[in-house]
Amino acid sequence: MYVAVKGGETAILNAGTLLAQARRGDPAVSEVSVAQIAGQLRLGVARVMAEGSLYDEELAALALKQAAGDQVEAIFLLRAYRTTLPRFGYSQPLDTARMAVRRRISATFKELPGGQVLGPTYDYTQRLLDFSLLAGGEAPVVAEAAQPLPEHLPRGIDLLGEEGLIEPELPPPGDPAPADLSREPLSFPAGRATRLQNLARGDEGFLLALGYSTQRGYSHTHPFAGEIRMGEVALEVVPEELGFAIQIGEITVTECQMVNQFAGSSTTPPQFTRGYGLAFGEAERKTMAMALVDRALRCAELGEEPAAPAQQAEFVLSHSDNVEAGGFVQHLKLPHYVDFQSELELVRRMRAAIASAQPAQEQTA
Amino acid sequence: MTQLCDPAQRRHWLGVLAQASPVELEQHLARRALPALHWLRRPETGLMMVRGRAGGTGAQFNLGEVSVTRCAVQDDAGRLGVGYVRGRVGRHAELVALFDLLLQDDIQRADLLPALIEPLAARQRAARATAGAQAAATRVEFFTLARGD
Amino acid sequence: MNAPLLPGFAQPEDHAQRVFRLLLDALARPGRVQTLPFEFAAPAPLAPATGAAALALLDYETPVWLQSADSAPWLRFHAGCPLVDDPARARFALIDDAGAMPPLSAFAQGEPEYPDRSATLLIQVAGFAPHASTERGPTLRGPIWSGPGIADEVRLGVVGLPDGFWRDWQRNAGHFPLGVDLLLVAGAQVVGLPRTTTVREA
Repeated sequence: MYVAVKGGETAILNAGTLLAQARRGDPAVSEVSVAQIAGQLRLGVARVMAEGSLYDEELAALALKQAAGDQVEAIFLLRAYRTTLPRFGYSQPLDTARMAVRRRISATFKELPGGQVLGPTYDYTQRLLDFSLLAGGEAPVVAEAAQPLPEHLPRGIDLLGEEGLIEPELPPPGDPAPADLSREPLSFPAGRATRLQNLARGDEGFLLALGYSTQRGYSHTHPFAGEIRMGEVALEVVPEELGFAIQIGEITVTECQMVNQFAGSSTTPPQFTRGYGLAFGEAERKTMAMALVDRALRCAELGEEPAAPAQQAEFVLSHSDNVEAGGFVQHLKLPHYVDFQSELELVRRMRAAIASAQPAQEQTA
Repeated sequence: MTQLCDPAQRRHWLGVLAQASPVELEQHLARRALPALHWLRRPETGLMMVRGRAGGTGAQFNLGEVSVTRCAVQDDAGRLGVGYVRGRVGRHAELVALFDLLLQDDIQRADLLPALIEPLAARQRAARATAGAQAAATRVEFFTLARGD
Repeated sequence: MNAPLLPGFAQPEDHAQRVFRLLLDALARPGRVQTLPFEFAAPAPLAPATGAAALALLDYETPVWLQSADSAPWLRFHAGCPLVDDPARARFALIDDAGAMPPLSAFAQGEPEYPDRSATLLIQVAGFAPHASTERGPTLRGPIWSGPGIADEVRLGVVGLPDGFWRDWQRNAGHFPLGVDLLLVAGAQVVGLPRTTTVREA
């Protein structure tokens, strides 16, 4: 129970000013611009967009600036802002097969059509601090191959599909519109569309820990990274006044197709199963973790016993959102004076009761 | 309605215009005479929910929202120019709508396609090719070392 | 080439909010005539208040049943609402000829767990007669409205409803909490008639 407490107004106003000063830092150092954040801290911006569930680099960068780099706070700011905008409708489903690929790798096929394209990755860096960045350097000269990549790289995982070695992934009859968590509250059992939407905006740290738990034996899914691709996809919408799809721009996304083991049954010959991850921006770790958790959450449909935390949809989906989680954990900061007073009274009374009973016990002993 | 033009052609130019920089479009517009027109919908910014598919090809799901700005302009003949762009730049949406309106006129279109749309499309293709060539330079060329036996 | 489309609200946010407020008031105070606070032109056959209510209430998530398709391009452009042929699938219905409208039971009645998943009907009528008009004789004395939002009772005649309409309305009340809600429109005037309101013919 909370009680309205008055008297904090001046303190709150002054705390706000102090916060603004702390955010700005040393005025002798030039202020960071939103364009600099969007351009030079792009992975931080990508996470704010993915978990803020709003693709807008400038707004995400602004949120990061305002939050002094606190990602969860920036995500909260972006989520709050989106509620002020009208919803125009839904996009056409993204066609990731037609992605303008900047990175595409597979851990299952060395020689896949189009090859292993490393792109801008930290994978082969030595994780040594680069002190030259302290000085600020010149823009690097980037190598260009004589031939660009083909406009559309085939999916590595389709090689398995051609032989029927992996479960097919087809739209259900009629290709129905999916449930939308931003319009209807989460309820259980949650379908895969709901789960994927929840995971796509779920906290990266939470998903990473859960994904890791599946690898350490808390659910047995034996994953391989079938394909990871990152690049730009066309964003298409069908305006009601036109009646046909038009491209209104493009967005950067990362996609991870996890290939998992499956034993098969008397009716189904042995076949690999899938886990899927997709997120706004460059978000490789996030989409890999998402794909692991997606696969773990499919346990019921694949006839597996839901024994591990990552397999329990109610546990995973109810705790994945860092705006919700942050709000409930941090509400403990709000005044609970009356609650606590009553507990205090109770403890004092119990202690008094025990103390008065003590001498009697000693006598009878 | 507004579909007297070939939808495939209109789809093409709307896509090219949405990907162009507002500065380029503004410069080109300054050289054009506009018919009498009125704004049926002033630029407004809102959200579209972006959808993906499970496994890339399966059932649809909602990925997250994207900021979109749209507007519409109409001339006295009832032609409707529409502008839809990702992001929050109202002027960009206006420029797309104005060119969409002009492009629906046969005479204007004969001039605008080669003078504006095709050069923009060529530049957008070139930018994609550059990014594709940079990515291709990071492709691993596997070779097997000969063993010493 | 089609005739040019009429514009939407001159001040989209302000006007949409004022109309929404007006509709809330209409449903909170059934039987009381509310008047659109600004000039508005809607395409025929929609009355100004029907058009304004449509722009304030409809969007891509509200399937709409149109009695007459003439306003379809305007609604599709400004509201982006899907249009449906089956009245039972519509969340809103725009009725310009009350004499030829389907029975109220043809529209979505809601579900026992979600009575709100029902249709709201905007029905255009010829006019309202708020006070018993003695000069016009006893036929226009007007029915008596009562229920939540009405202190005691109120008399309001509605001109232009078909014969048997109030009996249909009684049947609607018989399904409570299911049923439809109505907004009666005459020109720039709106009267709310939610399912909780009882109307007795005097």
